[in-house]
Amino acid sequence: MINQDSKTILEVRGLHANVNGIEILKGLDLTVKSGEIHAIMGLNGSGKSTFAKILAGHPAYEVTAGTIIFNDQNLFDLEPEERARAGVFLAFQYPIEIPGVANNQFLRLAYNTVQSQRGKEELDPLEFDDFVREKMKLLEMNPDFLDRSVNEGFSGGEKKRNEILQMALLEPKLAILDETDSGLDIDALRIVANGVNQLTNKDNATILVTHYQRLLDYIVPDYVHVMEAGRIIKTSGKELAKELEAHGYDWINADDHSKTAGVRL
Amino acid sequence: MSAVLQNLVNQPYKHGFVTEIESDIAPKGLNEEIIRLISSKKNEPEWLLAFRLQAYEKWLSMSEPQWQNVNYPKIDYQSISYYSAPKPKKKLASMDEVDPELLRTFEKLGVPMHERAALAGVAVDVIFDSVSVATTYKEKLAEVGIIFCSISEAVQTHPELIKKYLGTVVPVGDNFYAALNSAVFTDGSFCFIPKGVKCPMDLSTYFRINTEESGQFERTLIIAEEGASVSYLEGCTAPKFDTNQLHAAVVELIALDNAEIKYSTVQNWYAGDEKGVGGIYNFVTKRGLAKGVNSRISWTQVETGAAITWKYPSCILRGENSVGEFYSVAVTNNYQQADTGTKMIHIGRNTRSTIISKSISAGYSNSSYRGLVRIAPTAENARNYSQCDSMLIGDQCGANTFPYIQVNNNSAKVEHEASTSKIGEDQLFYFFQRGIGAEEAVSMIINGFCKEVFQQLPMEFAVEATKLLSFKLEGSVG
Repeated sequence: MINQDSKTILEVRGLHANVNGIEILKGLDLTVKSGEIHAIMGLNGSGKSTFAKILAGHPAYEVTAGTIIFNDQNLFDLEPEERARAGVFLAFQYPIEIPGVANNQFLRLAYNTVQSQRGKEELDPLEFDDFVREKMKLLEMNPDFLDRSVNEGFSGGEKKRNEILQMALLEPKLAILDETDSGLDIDALRIVANGVNQLTNKDNATILVTHYQRLLDYIVPDYVHVMEAGRIIKTSGKELAKELEAHGYDWINADDHSKTAGVRL
Repeated sequence: MSAVLQNLVNQPYKHGFVTEIESDIAPKGLNEEIIRLISSKKNEPEWLLAFRLQAYEKWLSMSEPQWQNVNYPKIDYQSISYYSAPKPKKKLASMDEVDPELLRTFEKLGVPMHERAALAGVAVDVIFDSVSVATTYKEKLAEVGIIFCSISEAVQTHPELIKKYLGTVVPVGDNFYAALNSAVFTDGSFCFIPKGVKCPMDLSTYFRINTEESGQFERTLIIAEEGASVSYLEGCTAPKFDTNQLHAAVVELIALDNAEIKYSTVQNWYAGDEKGVGGIYNFVTKRGLAKGVNSRISWTQVETGAAITWKYPSCILRGENSVGEFYSVAVTNNYQQADTGTKMIHIGRNTRSTIISKSISAGYSNSSYRGLVRIAPTAENARNYSQCDSMLIGDQCGANTFPYIQVNNNSAKVEHEASTSKIGEDQLFYFFQRGIGAEEAVSMIINGFCKEVFQQLPMEFAVEATKLLSFKLEGSVG
């Protein structure tokens, strides 16, 4: 929801970044306030996933210019794990498999690490088991998940649900969902979207990175941004996604870039 | 990891293990005279001298194996001194005298308190109010008729058992290093579990650690009579240093009908510095004979130290329905080299074997699994399952798998699976993104990778081994 008095959670200015020496982001600006849901759309290669990974601090990406302020802090001062503890959460497009590590063990370590950093109570294995089972209901997950190795042998839909389960446990300030809808059938999409909707509130914010409009039928964004060649070239309300769906990304190119490029409310 | 700890692991042991040069030391070089000297110094019976001399004869006709996937400068066997009088280690009066940095390493590894004392060279009696742990255990074992002592002691007190079993599993001319060991071994452990006795506790070399150094040519012999069982633990997680570079040990296990021997090793010899200078050459021959029906030999090893490791703990499955198991984790970092695996020789009917090998390579190290599964024509319905997984950390290390399978009986079932994975940037980043730091992330990944092997270790040992691995690999990831 948009509320002009809300606190700014994320402020990105003039962001340039390289991967393997190739410039991917070329002056990206974005402001996100608490309570808001932003969708970033764009063609493959436009830089949207790169932006998601840079927010989380992925070491393969090199920031060459620009600033990111997260919750009044310079984000670049924080290591990836410190960003996570401070409330930056990335739901991965391709969640990583970790053979031999039980999901419940991994989830509890993540939960307790973040809890202790925030000065909150840690849970022992039994308490955590009750707690996580409750959260799993939100995503209609089978309790068997807990005993399996992290993401190993999970279907695409199971992996994505596991990501949102982690989001539910870690209660981020800023959640970035990187193509969470890809590879999901319609039922899984509904469940995942429903989970995300229950986790959004006036104190946190969500960035949805997606290629398709269909996720936005379930999670309704306050803003839709279109990325191209490493910059946001158009920003509008939720209706923009529908127009993109109807006309394709070329429709924007037909538009006059100069009026909309980089403009943000 | 802090530079302090890194340095500590790589520095020579300050206390206990290194003593001043003794005067009672044999001149360098190996010849018949030296072997006679060793035998007479140890007051050995004539047959044992004959055993040594026979081994020496064999050794002279052999040449050092070249087939293993390791590189090292040629060893000059004539520049080694093969005998020095057993030297009691200098004892410290209390834990206060121990180097505080050493204590911090123990703390980090989670070595239990009484072991820390023993390892640091503090007299255990001082710590435990004059009640020696070792003595207490010895009395308890004697009650059920178990013999557990040094092999030199056993030669004097139970010569008939030594004569009956020594060299029956690893013959004197088995291989170059075994022959050398048979000629010049100085000490080691002897363990005898009589008929029907289940050893009431895990036998550990910890108990013997404070007596005297066993030297570079260690010899171990373990016998479990009919229906007996024992779990034996060798080594410890604390870093172990030695001035001798070459270590050529021999371990023989014999299990009679329905007997079970479980042999677990945690090896953490000095591995050389981060540039690959120094470090122990660990060339070991370990073999178990599952002689009786329904007998079982199980090897579990966690190899983390030594500059070069060359060992293949093996099982000869002669008894009908006998079982052989090999569970191994080998970790190499910096310039370490490991060529390790097992041999499962199926001779009896319905014999079964399992091989689970996990190797983790980091830095510039190289790790090879080399294993043989042989099904003899007599081994009806033999079964083997092998799984070899390698994990690479960084892009300068290597891992190889050399499985040899020889099947001479059509009823056999042999399965082999292998995999190679990498602790990559992405895997670590996933942990970081969930708030988990590098140290815990690596520990969790490694532990998950090695789970099937660690499950085989006695619990305390498993906890220590987990910490040891993380400790060894710290700084090599991320």
